[in-house]
Amino acid sequence: MTNGWTDVANADVVLVMGGNPAENHPVGFRFVMEAKRLRKAKLVCIDPRFNRTAAVSDKYVQIRSGSDIAFLGGLLNYSLSHDQFHADYVREHTNASFLVREDFSFEDGYFSGWDKDSEKYDKSTWDYQRGPDGYARVDKTLEHPRCVFQLLKTHYARYTPEKVASICGCTAEEFEQAAEVICSSGRAGRSGTILYALGWTQHSHSVQLIHTAAMLQLMLGNVGMPGGGVNAQRGHSNIQGATDLGAWNMLPGYLKVPRANWTSLAAYNQANSPKPLRPDSLNYWGNTPKFMVSLLKAYYGEKATRENQFGYDYLPKIAEDANHSWGYLFDDMYAGKKEGLISFGMNPVAGGPNSIKMIEALGKLKWLIVAENFETETAAFWRAKELQEEYYGKVTDPENVQTEVFLLPASCFAEKDGTFVNSSRWLQWKYKAVDAPGDAMDDQEIIARLFLKLRELYEEEGGASPEPLLAMDWGYANPVSPSLEEVAKEISGAEVRSGRQVSGFGALKDDGSTLCGNWLYSGSFTEAGNQMARQGQSDPTGLGLYAEWAWSWPANRRVLYNRASADADGKPWDETRAPIRWKGNRWVGDVPDYKGDAPPDANGAFIMLAEGVAKLFAPDFAEGPFPEHYEPAESPVENQMHPNVGSNPMALKFSSDLDPLGTAEEYPYVAITYRLTEHFHYWTKHIESSAQLQSTFFVELPHDLAEEKGIASGDRVRVTSARGKMEGPALVTKRMRGLQVAGKTIYQVGLPIHWGFLGRVKGPLINNLTPSVMDPNSGTPEYKGFLVNLEKV
Amino acid sequence: MPPDIDVTRRGFFKTGAALATTAFGFDLQPARAAVRELKISRTTQTHSICPYCAVGCSVIIHTLGDKAKNVKSTVVHIEGDSASPVNRGTLCSKGISLKQFVVNDRRLTKPLYRAPGATEWKAMPWGEAIEKMARRIKDSRDRGFEAKDAKGRTVNRLDNVAIIGGCTDTNEINYLLGKFRFGLGVLTYENQARL
Repeated sequence: MTNGWTDVANADVVLVMGGNPAENHPVGFRFVMEAKRLRKAKLVCIDPRFNRTAAVSDKYVQIRSGSDIAFLGGLLNYSLSHDQFHADYVREHTNASFLVREDFSFEDGYFSGWDKDSEKYDKSTWDYQRGPDGYARVDKTLEHPRCVFQLLKTHYARYTPEKVASICGCTAEEFEQAAEVICSSGRAGRSGTILYALGWTQHSHSVQLIHTAAMLQLMLGNVGMPGGGVNAQRGHSNIQGATDLGAWNMLPGYLKVPRANWTSLAAYNQANSPKPLRPDSLNYWGNTPKFMVSLLKAYYGEKATRENQFGYDYLPKIAEDANHSWGYLFDDMYAGKKEGLISFGMNPVAGGPNSIKMIEALGKLKWLIVAENFETETAAFWRAKELQEEYYGKVTDPENVQTEVFLLPASCFAEKDGTFVNSSRWLQWKYKAVDAPGDAMDDQEIIARLFLKLRELYEEEGGASPEPLLAMDWGYANPVSPSLEEVAKEISGAEVRSGRQVSGFGALKDDGSTLCGNWLYSGSFTEAGNQMARQGQSDPTGLGLYAEWAWSWPANRRVLYNRASADADGKPWDETRAPIRWKGNRWVGDVPDYKGDAPPDANGAFIMLAEGVAKLFAPDFAEGPFPEHYEPAESPVENQMHPNVGSNPMALKFSSDLDPLGTAEEYPYVAITYRLTEHFHYWTKHIESSAQLQSTFFVELPHDLAEEKGIASGDRVRVTSARGKMEGPALVTKRMRGLQVAGKTIYQVGLPIHWGFLGRVKGPLINNLTPSVMDPNSGTPEYKGFLVNLEKV
Repeated sequence: MPPDIDVTRRGFFKTGAALATTAFGFDLQPARAAVRELKISRTTQTHSICPYCAVGCSVIIHTLGDKAKNVKSTVVHIEGDSASPVNRGTLCSKGISLKQFVVNDRRLTKPLYRAPGATEWKAMPWGEAIEKMARRIKDSRDRGFEAKDAKGRTVNRLDNVAIIGGCTDTNEINYLLGKFRFGLGVLTYENQARL
């Protein structure tokens, strides 16, 4: 979240779309209710189902899953054509004034640079015009025909209310009523927030969808404002922390894992330290070398020296064109290209997508190691056929599955110290309360024992390139089970020679004198102690910042981009919601997202971006600098913006024999997957009260579809996709109805996800149905908006 | 609870019976409140964070068990922590039943092993499991490690082993897993955030 849970209470307008916080983040939803109660905030809910968030909303619009970009594009158009946008904010804090190259264009579904043979974009035209000084050219009047503002206006003028209605399945009137409320925050003195979750992220066009929302919030002047921002309601206790700490292509702190063509640290630093695009842009990523060298010192300790480029060569280098994300992992595994997988508390067979492909892929491994609290579908993938023959009758017999599986009993949250980072970016420390049961072992000890044993084997026997393994620093006081406090100190950073904790990332150097495991967390554990364990209650601004409770990244800043809460002279847009104030020589309030003593006109408000301002036009993405409506990979209708380009031309697709896509003729209904309050993923089916409260899988279908098919609640139904099937009792509901999309009646079918073949209660795995199609920027699968068929059994 | 109140039911009824015969025919003595001992009256309280969604509610974990006598503690109750500005003591239906997650007879307590082609688990001691797993990892790494690519550039990478998971565990464990990953040179490192 750019803002946070407690901040939502500062909103005048709450837009909930692609999420259902009343049911899935119920305690966080209290802040929405507080905003409604205390400041008469309006809640707008746009969702395929009339869920419990919708039930307490002031405006609800039912839409088709996968049509969100069209709706948001329509909102952009509405705000511009009704003059409901914050013009001064847009001029000052966004790249609206930047001039785009003359040869950039969009036509009939494609942006300039599309090569139909390679099916790829040459993105060179997606760029700004440059002046002789190398900076981007701008026109602050916003009238130049090539400025971002004018191009944006033209692009989204195509998303008329009638077009939106036809794509989304609502009426133009419903759309406009919602738009009026949402865009009412587009003036100084009114704040609007957006809350979203997996209804937005689980599509093959998800990143552009979220970009559209960010653009809307920028046009409305809501980014950097209390009660504003773009707020992802994340899904696991430490999914934010795990995201911050790395992925296949990320080092801690969103530094990039090196590519093979960055053959030296100097080349890496050069490629990853952007040049400012405007003279006043602070361009804070220019400090990359300090963050990277400090990380290398944390990793390689004394083995990281000036002479050996601080151990840069030890890091693995990704091939220039390689993608090692989830979809590729399991496709390669299914093709027999992986020998082993280690899973710490993750359940791919249940989590999918495409459970049958997951099962068959795991069966091709030589070995599988799973550290878990319960026996899961992944650890026991070889029992799938035995336990649910009706779904897995065709998978490989266990006698023919050669995979060795090690299932390790791990400790749970209550049995370890450490930090969870919530959606608000708050790092909250927890303390160990009790020992793990039986012979269950702490995860840090499992990792350490494996690491130390491997080091021992390499020291004794040699083998392939032992150096990177032997160089990795593991000098903890108790190497077999490192103290998590000790690790937290390493992550926050210290001076190498003195061992003193640094106060923050401002102290990090690129000369090897500092070490820091994650520059974004620097300051979380200082000489003053563990800032993440603080329980201070004070809230002097009254904005719910709680600056003394726990520690927020970065630098304990609570509202990101808070410089944008004021105009060019530093005057707050809204005196009642001013997270920072300029006092003539420094900024006070929240930690400023700005140099603390820099005057209001010194720099652009978006200090991490080379532009210095926020990006409405953003060349960063695979499929275009402006979001465009693309259908899901399996869609019931033609793309009404451009029928010849249906789904995202850059979506990741896989083509094994287990990856067929279905057509609308065979699979006429749109499936949506969702969560219930009483359950957490595939975990709580092992827990008594959750299993009792929601014991049975069900298929939620709209009342008009049920009538058409003669299905009553309780009747057993079968749902099929091109990949697999599920069976269960029907739940006929008025929460959904047939939608009029492109002149056709489209029905959506709701599928709660929480069952599997192991638990106190059992049921079919939702991911028997889902496709291996992913967003090209995030790699996230299209778990919602795919096609199914349905019949009474 | 004040020590001078007789809290046992037996004590209450004893007093009551003795007053059966007053001049007025009913009991003038103030009724002694029957005080039930709270299950958390003697617990150790530990501040923790709920492991489920990312609201990050604070919880208090109550454990009983005299550590001085080397008796293993057990969790007797988990409740919301009113100090937190996030949840102010409230919890959802998952959080409020956290004790049933921690104390759960389905929890794994011993390492299990499935041999190639087998249809059942069998128990394996930790020492043997660590040895065998390290051997598997090393053998795969020795087979698959690529020190230099086809262009002769130093790449030090491993593509035949992958590591997944971590979103339900702390920063510190994720960081250690990252060191483990880079020590081996593993390219494919994914977690729930991707999905």
